Amino acid sequence: MKPTIRFRYRKFKSVLLYALCGLSALLAVVPLVLIFYHTLSLGLSAINLDFFIELPKPVGETGGGLANAIVGTLILVGLGSLVSLPVGLMAGMYLSEHGNNPFGATVRFLTDVLNGVPSIVTGVVAYTLVVIPMKHFSAYAGGVALGILMIPTITRTTEEMLRIVPQSLREAALALGIPRWKTTFRIVLTTASGGVITGILLAVARAAGETAPLLFTALNNRFWQTDLSQPMASLTVFIYNYGVSPFSDWIAQAWAGALVLMTMILVLSMAVRIATRSRFGRGT
Amino acid sequence: MTDNRQHRPQTRSLNIGDELFKNLTRFFAALILVLVVLMAYEMAVQSRLTWNKFGLSFLVRSVWDPVQENYGALPFIYGTLVSSFLALLIALPLSIGIAVFLSELAPPWLERPVSFFVELLAGIPSIVYGIWGFFVMVPWIRSAVEPALSSALGSLPLFRGAPYGVGMLSAGIILSIMILPIIASISRDVLRAVPRAQKEAALALGSTRWEATRIAISYARSGILGGAILGLGRALGETMAVTMVIGNRPTISASLFEPGYTMASVLANEFTEATSDMYLSVLIEIALVLFIITIVVNSFARLLVWTVTRRSTQGHT
Amino acid sequence: MTPHGRVEPAQADHPARQPRIVAEKVNAYFGTTQALYDVSLTMLDRSVTAIIGPSGCGKSTFLRSINRMHEIVPGSRMTGRILLDGEDIHAMDAVLVRKRIGMVFQKPNPFPTMSIRDNVSAGLTFGGVRNRTVVAEIVEKSLRQAALWDEVKDSLDNSGVSLSGGQQQRLCIARALAVSPEVLLMDEPASALDPISTAKIEELIYELKRTYTIVIVTHNMQQAARVSDQTAFFYMGRLVEFDDTKKIFTAPAKKQTEDYVTGRFG
Repeated sequence: MKPTIRFRYRKFKSVLLYALCGLSALLAVVPLVLIFYHTLSLGLSAINLDFFIELPKPVGETGGGLANAIVGTLILVGLGSLVSLPVGLMAGMYLSEHGNNPFGATVRFLTDVLNGVPSIVTGVVAYTLVVIPMKHFSAYAGGVALGILMIPTITRTTEEMLRIVPQSLREAALALGIPRWKTTFRIVLTTASGGVITGILLAVARAAGETAPLLFTALNNRFWQTDLSQPMASLTVFIYNYGVSPFSDWIAQAWAGALVLMTMILVLSMAVRIATRSRFGRGT
Repeated sequence: MTDNRQHRPQTRSLNIGDELFKNLTRFFAALILVLVVLMAYEMAVQSRLTWNKFGLSFLVRSVWDPVQENYGALPFIYGTLVSSFLALLIALPLSIGIAVFLSELAPPWLERPVSFFVELLAGIPSIVYGIWGFFVMVPWIRSAVEPALSSALGSLPLFRGAPYGVGMLSAGIILSIMILPIIASISRDVLRAVPRAQKEAALALGSTRWEATRIAISYARSGILGGAILGLGRALGETMAVTMVIGNRPTISASLFEPGYTMASVLANEFTEATSDMYLSVLIEIALVLFIITIVVNSFARLLVWTVTRRSTQGHT
Repeated sequence: MTPHGRVEPAQADHPARQPRIVAEKVNAYFGTTQALYDVSLTMLDRSVTAIIGPSGCGKSTFLRSINRMHEIVPGSRMTGRILLDGEDIHAMDAVLVRKRIGMVFQKPNPFPTMSIRDNVSAGLTFGGVRNRTVVAEIVEKSLRQAALWDEVKDSLDNSGVSLSGGQQQRLCIARALAVSPEVLLMDEPASALDPISTAKIEELIYELKRTYTIVIVTHNMQQAARVSDQTAFFYMGRLVEFDDTKKIFTAPAKKQTEDYVTGRFG
């Protein structure tokens, strides 16, 4: 009889532990659902047309919107892309096409290191590099900070995606007497463009959601600002400033800002998903 | 066997465009290297006032008095480490559970959406975790979690004190939610990389499915550890969410209910207020310390993940 | 021991041809592994030279060293000389060498992001030919030469990978012909194809040799016997025997060659 009981115990333990695994998966989904629920319900109640087209109202007045912050986020992410795209794409091409050497391995490792550097530290560096010499906060500083953050993602996805391109295509192009650099640019990069764009979109989504590196680079601005050497508003910094404020009107607008931000990022990641799916769906 | 006199150096491709392009891309690759070095250099230079005044003792001093210009980083280092390890303590078992669920248990129709949800969790911006934590999670912790913990385990110094809501416990919990996707997805990948033969051998010997899974987990343990350390690296540098729920008080306290402060939070809160050169240099030194800690932690994690995946690809070929 | 001194094998149905490509004591390496040992071989103008041998004998490596494709493999190296019309190809720009010596690969490899038309014109447009009428003419001419025109003339804007395997391979041949090479290297061009497509490719080779010098690597001995004028037998990185195809298959001089062509090994 004894072995049977022992075996039953083991069976029971197996089922129990698997149940715990399923429970962990459920537990992970709970905060996600709650965050979506609260952002949606609290954000929707504060969102209206004014939110998208009005400037923030002075302290004490209700209403107004965060139009300048939405535009500011777009400008800052655009600046970040200007900084990071050339570096990321070119370095990614180097790593994939010529990077099988100690220098390539070092750069690859440092790119991973850079990816792990906290975004607030990047903000500090952008402060010392841009704000201190310019002597004031500016959109440029924010753009540099976001750009540094975007570089690793773009570099590594570009490298990975170019590596997936079959060697036979490179050979086909080279054998036609197409120079190596044109092969890389016009054949390899175009073939991998879906994946490379995915990487860029991921980096953009991540940058759009960053707050910490902007706190003391782009700072914030309650007015329209198109001069890039001046402080620039951003959605995330506004959410933070309003979120910790004592005014219920501002807190409501913080939730609305969170909703807009989440929607932007969700749309981007959905686009990424669809892009990657159709790329893999096409097969070979 | 061959006539060496016949050997002569071979002229490689002489195409000017190719050489130019290769050097151009190499230049941009080198820029990344320069950037990392420049980051360390900038912070080292800009924090030299602090280094000159306090030296290494800066790391173990626990005073924080901007008015008297008397500074120490210990409360922030302590707060960073405690909140991050607390997060790891909560997230690691959950992540392994999720990874086992995704790699062994869930049918494809369930696995794909759950994977997607976990990925979404990773995509939520820190600031959204922050306001959600501040307005939803903290009140719940204050009214439900902390009273329950102190009545059940109040004899331990960890769970003593008034339930503020904001504090080390809240920071640990919000961080655990944020690092869970990283650890879970890496653990899932390394579990999937375990050779089938490992599990089948166990099953063939009469093990239950769970026992076979345990063998798979132990086979993949260094990869899971690597994922955990990557998650730890993320938690150490996480700023906004922590700043909004930790209470921001530079004290060292045994109780998890008490407010604390982290290196990232003090930067977020006080950088724009740092009016004196000394104050600014102290904050930049804290950033440098955080930079070094995360680099060490991340390098170690990369190394671990790299060894495991290399071993598994070698196993396959 | 290699019969590289033999330059113009007398042939009944062909008048004596001029040598087009001359390989002299070619040694090729991948890192520390040597793939070719002192191979010397002369390929004649407007004829088909077949290279046969068991897999791993270095026949593809030899073919790829003729248009300097060998050197794109990291860690590769070669010594010796290869002359194209008497000129050392290593003294020329690799890009120019590859324009003059085209190549068709074992597996069809059309550019997946390009249409049929753009695939054929890729070598031209990337080489700086901008005139649309000229490009259109060359595209048609090349597709006709590759015996693909009638099948694709109404679908030139479709993707190159939408074609069948045999059509894709002929597309790759058209693509190689579009840059008007003088020599065409073919690395087992029919090994991934069905018998009907294979027959089409072989017919094509027969047509093309009137204009081009062709070197074809094949593991299919019947194919070598059908399409080639001369045949070289490689074994373990060495050239064992090189002679008229008829002679190689009926009365080889070397025992190793005989064993191989009669199917006793390889």
